[in-house]
Amino acid sequence: MVDEKEKIVSEDMGVQVDKKEDIEMRSFGTIKRWATKRSLWMVHYCTGCGGIELAPLMTSRYDMERFGMHPMVTPRQSDLLLITGYVNIKTLKRIIRTYEQMPDPKYVVAFGSCPINGGPYWDSHVTINHLDKYLPVDIYIAGCMPRPQSIVKAFDDLMDMIQEGKADGYLRYKKYYDKYKANQEKIFRKWW
Amino acid sequence: MSITDIVAIIGMAVFVPLLGLLFMGIARKITARIQNRIGPPFYQQYIDVMKLFSKRSNISHSWVFDIGPIFAVVGMLTTMLFIPMGGFQLLSFDGDLIVIMYLMVISGLGIALGAGASGNPNSGIGVMRALVLMMSYELPFVLILLSVMLYYNTTSLAEIVSKQADMAWAVLALPLSAIVADICLQGQFGEKPFDQPIAPAEVATGPMVEYGGKYLGMLMLWHAIAIIVEGSLFVNLFLGGGIVFDPSTYVGMALNFLVWIGLVFLMFFIALLINAVMPRYRIDQAFAFYWKWPTILAIIALIYVMVVSSW
Repeated sequence: MVDEKEKIVSEDMGVQVDKKEDIEMRSFGTIKRWATKRSLWMVHYCTGCGGIELAPLMTSRYDMERFGMHPMVTPRQSDLLLITGYVNIKTLKRIIRTYEQMPDPKYVVAFGSCPINGGPYWDSHVTINHLDKYLPVDIYIAGCMPRPQSIVKAFDDLMDMIQEGKADGYLRYKKYYDKYKANQEKIFRKWW
Repeated sequence: MSITDIVAIIGMAVFVPLLGLLFMGIARKITARIQNRIGPPFYQQYIDVMKLFSKRSNISHSWVFDIGPIFAVVGMLTTMLFIPMGGFQLLSFDGDLIVIMYLMVISGLGIALGAGASGNPNSGIGVMRALVLMMSYELPFVLILLSVMLYYNTTSLAEIVSKQADMAWAVLALPLSAIVADICLQGQFGEKPFDQPIAPAEVATGPMVEYGGKYLGMLMLWHAIAIIVEGSLFVNLFLGGGIVFDPSTYVGMALNFLVWIGLVFLMFFIALLINAVMPRYRIDQAFAFYWKWPTILAIIALIYVMVVSSW
């Protein structure tokens, strides 16, 4: 653990981080963030109906490679985790596993109303109604399902947030790790 | 070794990866246009490498895992030193073509070493496929190298280039060899139909599956150097090394260098067009393909060269 004296408040991220990370973040910070936002590689975990909206987004209709976004097949190489639809307990385990394998900085985008409040499946005994309790979400896209235009808009907003340093989900996950973990363990009676 | 040689080596070691990344970026743009997309900007690959090197956590599995990418990049850079690049050759001696054949394998073995240490089953399958593919295209490629060595009666790459400047380009003198070498080049580039090692939908990028962050950036640089080195080897063997103007003047040297870049890109472009429209072979099909048709053609080419050179 990091000593309390080492911890300082980083103004641009809004989250308490330790000194070493802060120095890393500030040296050439602007250009690093610019490169990060222009080359977001994503691992898309197609949990629900949102996966079908990604097909026109990746192909010639909306072509997300214009922004340097590219589907990647392993979490080790990815920066962006897309939660495309409703999440239940079993899929949440896989999502957390994927998320924890991704190297920092990493961002989460949640599609549709299901990760926000459970959507049409809110009263099921296995549906996760609030994804934000278990995983830090950087940006939500409302809608059931959101059309590709709104997904592009969300990615655009996410790029702005990265440039401004506001996309700090992974720092929140580190800082409140014990709280996230407690919430996760509350629903997984037996871990894995 | 004088100070200018050292400066030249460092300069080339910086320039060649940058050129390779540019080619990869243009390749993404061209593939996008073929698929009726707009595609990323041509400098996208530079942004990707910048991002990968600015990643904040880089997961390592063991020290062998760390050594793998360094091994690969250093192996490729060492190969680069022996290859004439548009009139610039950094190191040269008699028999360097045989040394190049050995050195080109080293970087592949480096990847195999590092990926094997990650312990991921996808890496294991990817490494197996990469080594099988390497074994597949090496046989016809070595036969082709033998035919070129026999025809020009030398084992020095620099001498092959200079003899092509005097006579005709080898692509005209030995067209069959050039065709077979181009088929092997497709496998060396790892473009479809021979991209089994990294097949993303099957083995999740194969050897690279556990590499992320700075490691992946290193591997991307390796791939960029490999494109230039492999393309340049073909250009030197069959397209006269890009020497078309008089190399004794500075203007001629610069123009030769530009022609060399153009020819390497041409070879990459041909591989890219095939890549854009082809599906992928299974690894056993690729192996059977390489040891059948290109090998038969290579043997015919070798016999042709033996008959021609004995006259």
